[in-house]
Amino acid sequence: MKNFSLLSARAGALFFSPAAALVGAFVIVPFFWVIFVSFTNRTLLGKTALNPEFVGFDNYIALFNMSTFFTRGQFGFSLILTIQFVLLSALVGQALLGMVLAWLLQSTPKYVKVFSESAVIVAWILPEVVIGFAWFAFLDYDNGTLNMLVTSLGLEPGDWLLENPFWVIVFFNTWRGAAFSMMLFNSAFSSIPPSYFQAADVAGATSFQKFKDIALPLIKGHVVTDLILITMWTFNVFTPFLLTNGGPSYRTELLSIYTYRVAFKDFEFGKGAAVGVVIMLINLAFALVYLRIAKQKNKGTA
Amino acid sequence: MTLSFHQMLSRISFSVLTAIIGIAFALPLLWFLFAPFNARAELGLEIPAVFTLQNFYTVFENKFAMRGLLNSFIQSVGGVVLVGISATLAAYALSRSDVPGKKSITYILLLFSSVVSGSAAMVPIFLIISSLGLIDTHIAVILVFAGGLLPTAMFILRDFIDGIPKSYEESAMVAGASSMQAFRDVALPVIRPGIVVVVVWAFVNIWGSFLIPFILLRSDELMPASVAIYSFYSEAGTPIVTLLAAYALIYSFPVISLYLFVNWKFGFRFFGGIKA
Repeated sequence: MKNFSLLSARAGALFFSPAAALVGAFVIVPFFWVIFVSFTNRTLLGKTALNPEFVGFDNYIALFNMSTFFTRGQFGFSLILTIQFVLLSALVGQALLGMVLAWLLQSTPKYVKVFSESAVIVAWILPEVVIGFAWFAFLDYDNGTLNMLVTSLGLEPGDWLLENPFWVIVFFNTWRGAAFSMMLFNSAFSSIPPSYFQAADVAGATSFQKFKDIALPLIKGHVVTDLILITMWTFNVFTPFLLTNGGPSYRTELLSIYTYRVAFKDFEFGKGAAVGVVIMLINLAFALVYLRIAKQKNKGTA
Repeated sequence: MTLSFHQMLSRISFSVLTAIIGIAFALPLLWFLFAPFNARAELGLEIPAVFTLQNFYTVFENKFAMRGLLNSFIQSVGGVVLVGISATLAAYALSRSDVPGKKSITYILLLFSSVVSGSAAMVPIFLIISSLGLIDTHIAVILVFAGGLLPTAMFILRDFIDGIPKSYEESAMVAGASSMQAFRDVALPVIRPGIVVVVVWAFVNIWGSFLIPFILLRSDELMPASVAIYSFYSEAGTPIVTLLAAYALIYSFPVISLYLFVNWKFGFRFFGGIKA
C-alpha cells in the first residue's frame, strides 16, 4: 500500500504557524524574558523603568537573604506558606476528599449522587471573583452563614478571616478544587470491570477492603497524575487573593500573591521576575516528573 | 437480589455521608440563592420576606456594570475565536502531517506550557504587552489568553483527531479531493464536537479570570465583569451587598448555562486536562 501523507510538510507548517506565533510570543518569549529581567533592577516607574541596569544576582541574593528570609512578607515566608498550602489543600484536601467522594458516588442512589456531584462541580466552575465574594459573606463575623451554624450548635462564633486566615484559604482551596480529583477518580473507578467487585462481594468483602485491595492498586497511575497536576495548579493559584488580599499582615501571602505585590504594588520588576524564575524552576521539576510518567504510561498502552 | 442487613446499612451510611459532603459544599453558595432577590440583603443567610427583582433592575441601570459584562464578552469571544481556529489547525497538523520533529515540538510545548504559569509570567507578560504598545486594550487580554490556553487546547484536540481513522480523508483524496478539501469537508465536520469542547473550556476560563485583565487594563471602560464587580463597593470599602449579589449571579449565568449545555450534550466527563 502506498503511504501518502494527508497533509504535506509545507501545509502542515502553515497550519501550525498561527499557534506557534501565539505560543511563542506569550509563553516562550516570557520564559526567557523573565530570566533576563530577574538580573536587572527594572522598576515600573522612574529612571530604571526605561534604562534598567544589570545587577547580576542581586535580586536573588535579596530573596535568599537569611536574616529576613523567614520574616512575614518576605520571600522565604511565602515559599514555606505555599508549600504548606499545597500539602494541606491539594494533597490532603482535594485529592483525599476527591477520592472519598468518587468512591462514595459509585454506590449512592441517583438523587443523592446528582445533588452532591453538582454541588462539588459548581464550586469548581463558578468565576473566581464570585467564589471570593461568596466566601466573604459565608465567613462574615456578624451575619455569615458559618457563624450562624456555629452559634446554633451552641459554640462560640469566630472571626475566621482574622484569627485563622491560613486555615481559611486551605479549606477554601480544598472546596474550590476537589471537583477535579473527584471527576478524575470517578472516571478511573468506572473503568474497572464490575466483575472484579462482584467476586469480592461474593466473598463478603467490605467496601473498604474492595477499595484498598482492588480499586486502589488498579488506579495507581491516575492517582499519580492527579497529585502532580493539582500540586502544580495549587502551587500557582492566585484565587485566595480575592478572599484575603494576602492578609491580614501577609499571613496568606502565597508566592503568586507575593510576586504580584513585589512587581505591581512595590513596582520592583526585577525582584518580581526573580521570584517568577524560582516558581518556574519548581514548576519545571514537577513537569519533568509528570512528562516522564506520562511517557511510560503511553509506552505501556501502545 | 436481596441485600443483607449489613449491606443495607453500609449503603444507607454511604448515602448519608455523600449527602453531608454535598451539603457542606453547597453551604457557602446557599446565600446566593436568596440575597440577589432580597432588596434588603445583608451578608447573612436570610429568606427574603418578598422575592423581588429590584436588585437586578438597579444593576441593569448601572452603565459601568453592564459595560463590564460586554467587555467580558468581547474578550472571551475574541480569545475563543483565536484559540479555536489556531488550535484546530495546529492540532490537525500535529496529527496528520509529517512535519519533521513533531514529537519534540509536542514535548517542548507541553513542558513550556506547564512551566510558564500566570504567577511566574506576570512580569514579562506585562513588559511584552507594554513594549508592543498594547497596554489597556482588549486585544492585549485576548492575545495573552490565546497564547496561554493554546497548548492545552491543542493537546485536547490532537487526541481527539488521533482518534479519527485516517481512512476518512484518505478515501476523499483517492476520489480526487485536495488535502484542503479533505480537511474542510471531511475532517472538520467530524472534529466539530472536539472543537465545541475546547471552545467552551476556553470561554469559561477567560470569562472567569481576574489576574490578567487586572494587570493589563487601566481604564474603566475596558474592565471585564471580574474587575468591574469591585465598583459595587462604597467609598469606605464596604460592599453594597444587594447589587454585588445580583451582579455576581448575572455574571455567573453564562458559565452555569455552558456547563449545563456540555453536560446535556456530551455528559460532563473527562476531556484530557479540562482546566488550565
